[in-house]
Amino acid sequence: MRRSGLSIITAIFGACSLGACVTINIYFPAAAAERAADRIIEEVWQLKPEAGKPQSSKPASQ
Amino acid sequence: MIIAHWLRISLLALLLLLAGRALAQANLEINTPAIGALQRSMQERHAQLSPLFTSGAVGLTRDGSVAVRDANAVPLAQRAQVNGLVAAENQDRAALYREIAQANKRPEWETDIRGTFAQRWIDRAQGGWYYQNASGAWTRK
Repeated sequence: MRRSGLSIITAIFGACSLGACVTINIYFPAAAAERAADRIIEEVWQLKPEAGKPQSSKPASQ
Repeated sequence: MIIAHWLRISLLALLLLLAGRALAQANLEINTPAIGALQRSMQERHAQLSPLFTSGAVGLTRDGSVAVRDANAVPLAQRAQVNGLVAAENQDRAALYREIAQANKRPEWETDIRGTFAQRWIDRAQGGWYYQNASGAWTRK
């Protein structure tokens, strides 16, 4: 009796975690993409990083 | 007793999932040789494109490319060269969006990445440059 209760919990939990994994894989990281875009645009157009958005790589000249 | 045990495990799993989500949000991979080469190529071309943005001959499209907006702003003799610049730039941009998606092992993100770039190119553009608004009309920034 206890055994079957356990396996039901395991099954439900397993299904939930699987669903969560799928959700994470499909999810598009908009904020990360924006940061990546900014870093590339700053490089291509030789811009200074936007105020309030500290950038790591190199200090912008000019 | 067993329930409490499972609760603990579930809580731990939930925490791990949240951590994974935070990690996925952390940063996109953009440090690959292919992306670096595209960046350099576009940076070099920008010296020639910049005056064309300023004169309004070329503008930023809403889909993350560039386009000739006003050919009359360019002397006839230079129009072919400008068309060539625009075509080369768009080729690099398309490759850039594709490479970023591939570097992150998510080729299906390419369209979203293009959309993000389209917005950021416009946001970071200098005042006076032209861009296409949401309905596709040329607008002066």
